[in-house]
Order: sequence, then structure tokens, then C-alpha cells
Amino acid sequence: MRSTGKIALIFAFASVLIGACGEKETNLAAGAGNAADAVYVAPGKYDDFYMFASGGFSGQVSVYGLPSGRLFRVIPVFSQDAEKGYGYSEETKPMLMTSHGFVPWGDAHHPVLSKTGGNADGRWLFINENNTPRIARIDLKTFKTAEIIEIPNSGGNHPSPYCTENTEYLVAGGRFSVPVPDNRDVPISTYKENFNGLISLIKVDDKTGNMSLAVQILAPPFDYDKNRAGKGVSKDWTFFTCYNSEQANTMLEANASQNDKDFILAVNWKKAIEYLEAGKVKDMNTPYCHNVLQEDKHLVVSELLKNQKLLDPKECPGVVYFMPCPKSPHGVDVSPTGEFICAGGKLAAMIPVYSFEKMIKAIDSKAFDGEVNGIPVLKYDAVIAGEVQKPGLGPLHTEFDDQGYGYTSMFLSSEIVKWKLGTWEVVDRIPTYYSIGHLCIPEGDSKNPKGKYVIALNKITKDRYLPTGPELTQSAQLIDISGEKMKLLLDFPTVGEPHYAQACAADLIMKNSTKIYKLEENHHEYVTKTEKESKVVRKGNEVHIYMTCIRSHFSPDNIEGIKVGDVVYWHITNLEQDWDIPHGFAVKGAGNSELLIMPGETSTLRWEPKTPGVYPFYCTDFCSALHQEMQGYIRVSDQSANTPLKWSLNEGQ
Amino acid sequence: MKSKAHLVVGGVFGLAVYLFSSCGENAGTPAPVNTTETTVSGETPTNTDPMSNKGIGPVKTVSLGDISTEMSEKGKALYENKCTACHKWDAKHVGPPLQGVTKRRTPEWVMNMILNPVEMTEKDPVAKELLAQYMAPMANQSLTEEEARNILEYFRSLDK
Repeated sequence: MRSTGKIALIFAFASVLIGACGEKETNLAAGAGNAADAVYVAPGKYDDFYMFASGGFSGQVSVYGLPSGRLFRVIPVFSQDAEKGYGYSEETKPMLMTSHGFVPWGDAHHPVLSKTGGNADGRWLFINENNTPRIARIDLKTFKTAEIIEIPNSGGNHPSPYCTENTEYLVAGGRFSVPVPDNRDVPISTYKENFNGLISLIKVDDKTGNMSLAVQILAPPFDYDKNRAGKGVSKDWTFFTCYNSEQANTMLEANASQNDKDFILAVNWKKAIEYLEAGKVKDMNTPYCHNVLQEDKHLVVSELLKNQKLLDPKECPGVVYFMPCPKSPHGVDVSPTGEFICAGGKLAAMIPVYSFEKMIKAIDSKAFDGEVNGIPVLKYDAVIAGEVQKPGLGPLHTEFDDQGYGYTSMFLSSEIVKWKLGTWEVVDRIPTYYSIGHLCIPEGDSKNPKGKYVIALNKITKDRYLPTGPELTQSAQLIDISGEKMKLLLDFPTVGEPHYAQACAADLIMKNSTKIYKLEENHHEYVTKTEKESKVVRKGNEVHIYMTCIRSHFSPDNIEGIKVGDVVYWHITNLEQDWDIPHGFAVKGAGNSELLIMPGETSTLRWEPKTPGVYPFYCTDFCSALHQEMQGYIRVSDQSANTPLKWSLNEGQ
Repeated sequence: MKSKAHLVVGGVFGLAVYLFSSCGENAGTPAPVNTTETTVSGETPTNTDPMSNKGIGPVKTVSLGDISTEMSEKGKALYENKCTACHKWDAKHVGPPLQGVTKRRTPEWVMNMILNPVEMTEKDPVAKELLAQYMAPMANQSLTEEEARNILEYFRSLDK
């Protein structure tokens, strides 16, 4: 009971009175009361679900609780985050290395929870980067980015990184076809001859989660837009939408919308791996980076790799098929059993739903309608299971509940439409505010969706919140889907664009959450495990400070003998072994960011003082009642000075 | 300068406790450990006598025998790595001096303070008072019961 009967009674009475004045107000008031109850999570209580939303162009992932909509954390992934020192500390900078050098920003779109047996398992969260094609793995024990792999020979890594039923593979694809292999200088006008789409399969190690590029599959020069892997009956397959079957390379807004039908590309990933293992692939040698956090060393190691395996479907029959799909489809989603594949016919007036069983029959009986670049096109009538007619304008994405319904977002008409699998009839609709893109049902892409809520992820919010200048917040809306009618419960603002989100039951993750890094297991090259080992070491013009911190002092806290021209590395180990006791570190004039050092962790800040003087440093994360006292001084002398190198703590007091 | 004022009071009081404890005899009268007002109610432990208060935490009873050199050596290594950032044996540092601790506290209290410092400084009257004096919270170093026992043994060997 979240409200008392008394309050409800008073409320009902008030509603009746208001109702006499106007029906609309009554409904709104009653609705608000019930909705507030439904999303209220009392102080000190936990939410039922974690929701991981991409930040879109912020390049990050933000973590919310459901049903409260409370923001818990922003996990830096593809963009530097000065708050946490991510991408600024010496340990994390290599995470943002690419074949193009250090790239401090990325465009993050689709967070995908790892799966076991087609269900969320709470181990890892994967997310794609569009602009400089990459996939990241976030470890859900630590909520830290543990790995990023770059995808070579690719442009616009948008249909990515949806995983297979047991997270055997992730996919990457190119929204922009590019010359393959990459880095070739060709005229843009030779698009049709020299450009290709490319589907990549990225293997995930079951134990460590480590990613490796397995194989890349050549595809016609279309724009590959979205993906979902099959499950259950369709577990060996993965499905992509594509537009621009016109193969235009300019003014796509008009030129890529000429054909009545584009395609869904069905990829038999298992067969592709068989061809790979049989060696029916060619070598390519485009450089790409693979960056892995070595947790015991608290250090990201970036490696430049060079070899890829290219599979040409012309030489490997049975791997890919096209299914015709109405005009420039966007989303593609697979029902909980794996039988139905549902596309978002963005510019179409209906939602086509394909049958996996019919697709296999059509392949077996060769029910083809010609081919494109050697890839068979299956007959539309042979593969279609049904069409959801007149759902609304601009159908994009579909997620499923556990009662046999699909929920499709409508970008143009700003609504969510609920329809029934099998009969394809629309049974309910609810407006969203505004311009919904993706939507999320907790575990809604798994075999067992938790069909309690659907979350609308909205691009536009004008008139919904207090104005904040020319740019307004994006938002999520929590909608109750447990009854016959969908019911809006809550709006909440999001960090960046909540491009897509996935949510899962809280207990899948919270029980495994890391509380501290054990000092005994810290094998950082510059770790300092006790105060008495703290020291300052000069190597030419490099100075390494081996520093410790514990509530509430640094050791050492007085340092002299640094010279202008030195490159100073502050290697700071947090000696705390208690949950939620990070220490921060900042030194005056540092040209990067603070450090935020977790209990038992070692982090390094590079500092190049430019002028002589005495520079204070201090703890930036409020750690105890004596936090303000957690400070020290470092003296920087002129290059020609003879100030001896020395360090101390509590000396001469 | 609120923190300074507290520290001065704390310092004087710390000395008082130290003197009182170092007499080793507490004639059954609970020590007046509360210089500030503390409300004692419900399940909050009320035992303010440091020589019978066992503290709050996993350790209910400790049986002490002859001092084990092996345990005390292990305890010494742990003490030097995990405790000396804040404690000195014979002088006030971030935390209180530890000399004589086995004479002025029960073994259970010492181990519970090592293993369960957050709850101790929230609820145990003696630990609460120490936090009020020193302001710096006792850090949880995630030690095992066995490790805490070894540290206790090391303290015993020094206090002997």
C-alpha cells in the first residue's frame, strides 16, 4: 500500500467536486494520483529495474531506476568524462585510441544486454559507436567500460551491436557503404563499383567477454540501418534492415526513397562461421584498434591489429538472403519465440511481419524473385506472415510483452501502437511527447519480456519542461502496459539523447556489484600499497610520484625538487578498502582533469608545470569530516635551480 | 573553526580516557564517556564501560591464551600495511594512539572496531565518542576475522 485509504478518499471526493466543473480535470487529477503511487519508490528503497540508456551524441550510457526514473550514474564510454578522469588519466586514455589516433568523442546508440539462453544475464552491456565505428563492452560488476574494439572497413556503425542468443557473436554493419577494403582513394561517383556494405561478426569470449573480429561479409552498397539477432527457432540468424537500394551517393533524402521496396537482409551467422572455419575467406589488412582494460593492472592496453577475414556471399551460398520490405525500413525486431521478424516501414503505411518458418521454406523451395549482387531475393508473398495495417505514421521500432503483443513506436504521429501477434490488429494506442524513436520494454528483446512497462524514448520535448534556452532536454516516458489500456505514468529527462535503452530486473545485476578493488590484487606498475612505500622518483625529466591516499591525507603531502620542463606523473593509490569511499585528486594548473580513484585503485595524472612556484593539490571528492584538510603542496623550481628532490608527510610538525 | 574547537575538546578528553584507562582499574562504575549529549534508546547499545563492552559486529567472544608469536607476527605485517596510515602506537595521529588498547578495551571490541567500523561508530557508545573526538571515521580495511584476530594478538604482544 503506497497510499493511505484516507488520502484516497479525500482525493476521490475532491475529484468529484472538480469533475462537476469539467470532465477533463477530473481524469487528469485522478490519473496523476494513481500514477504518482505507481512510480513512487520510497526513500531508501530500491527500484525494480535497471535501465541503461545510450546518451546518443553524448557518447555515454546513463543508468536509471524504474519505475522511479531516478538517474544513478553516467558511465563514460566513447567520450571523455572529466568528472571521472575517464579518457584523461594515463590508464584510461588508451580506451579511446583508434586507427585514426585518439578520438575523444563518439556517438553511442544501442545498448544491448548480454544474453544466456535468449534471456538477459546481467553480465555485460554492449554499445555501438556510429561515427568512428566501434563497439564497447561495459562490465556490469563495475559499471566501467572494459573494452572497445574498432570495426575496420566500415562507415556509420549503426546496425550494431545486437547479440545472438548466448552472446556468441555481436554484429556491426555500415549505415554508410564505403570502399572496401577501407582507406582507398576513389572518386565518389564510382559508388556503385567501388563501395560496399559490410556485415561484421564479432566473437565474444564466454568467460571473459573479450571481443574479437571474426569475419566480415561483403554486401551490396546499400545503407544498413538496424539489426536484431534471432532467438529460439531463428537463433542461427541475424536480420538487418537496409535502405538506399537505389545506391545513391548524393541527396539521399530524395534519391534513396525512389523504390517502393527496400530489403531486410537475413544472415545465417552460423553458416558464415562454418565458411570462415573452412577457410573460404580472403585476407584484408586494414588497421584497427582493440583496447582492453586489464583490471588487475587498472590499465587499458591498446593494440593495433591488422588482419580481417572477408567473406564474399557469391562464393559462399546460403549465408545471406534479401527479403523485400516496404520503402526505407528502419527498425527490425524479433518476437520472443523467434518466429516473427517485424520491420519498421518508416515511410510505409503498415508494419510488415515476416515468418521465420516461411522464410526457411522459401529458401528450401527457392522461391526467389531475382537477385542483387549474387544474393537471392525471396518472394515477399512467400515470407510475409502478416501486415499491421494503418498503425500510424512512421513506424520505427517494436518490442514485445509476455502476452503476445507488439508495441511499435511511431515517429511522425508521436505515439506507441499496441498490436496482436497473429491477428495483426491494432488494439490500443497512446500519444508520446514527442517524436519517439526507440522504445524499451524491460527484457523486451529476450525470450521472456517483463511486460510491466514500456518506456518511450523521445527526441523532442518542447512545452513539456521548464525552458532552458534553445536546447531542451530529451526525455523518457514510463507507460504502464500491465492492463488492457496503456497508461502514462511518468516523464523524466535524460542525459543526452536516449537513443535506445534496455532494462532488466535489478536482481540480475545488484547482487554482483563490485564494492572495492582489493589492494592485494592491485598489480598496477606504479601501485603504492602502504604509506611507507610512498616516494618520488626522477628519471631524467620524468618524475614519478608514488602517492597514497586514505581518509583524509595524501602521502607524501609535501614535495620539492620538481623543475619547469619536467613531466610529472602522479600515480595515486587509494588505500581505502571500504565501499563508496573514492578519493579525488586535483593539482593547480593541470591541463587535463581531476582523478577519481576508487577504493584499492591506482590512477595516474600527467602534469607539466610551466612556471616556478608552489602548487597546492587536494582531494576533490568529499571523503570525511576532514576532507577540507586533505591537501598538500608541490614546489616547482626553475630549470637551473638546485632544489633537491624530497618528499615528506607530517615532518617538522 | 569548528573542527579545531572539537579537536581541542577531543584532545583533552582523549587524555582523560587514556589516564583513566591506564589505571587499569574500573571499579564497576561506567566511565563518563559522554561529554556531549547522547540519546540512548531502543536497541542502541548502552554499555559505556569499555572493559565489558564487546562492541557490535561479528565477534561475540574471543578466548585468549598465551600470546602466539606466529599470529602476532602476521598481525604486525597487517598492522603496518593496513593501519599505520592513520594510527601510531604511542602518539595521536589521524586516529587514537593504540598503546594500551588491550588493557582498556575488550578483545571483542577491538576486533569489531576493525571489522565493522561503520556500524560501531554509528551505534556503539564508546566508538561514537571516539568519532566525535577525532572526526576522522575509522576506515574499513575489509579484513577477515582471522586477520583482525592476528592484529589483536600483535597488540597484546606489545601491551604485555
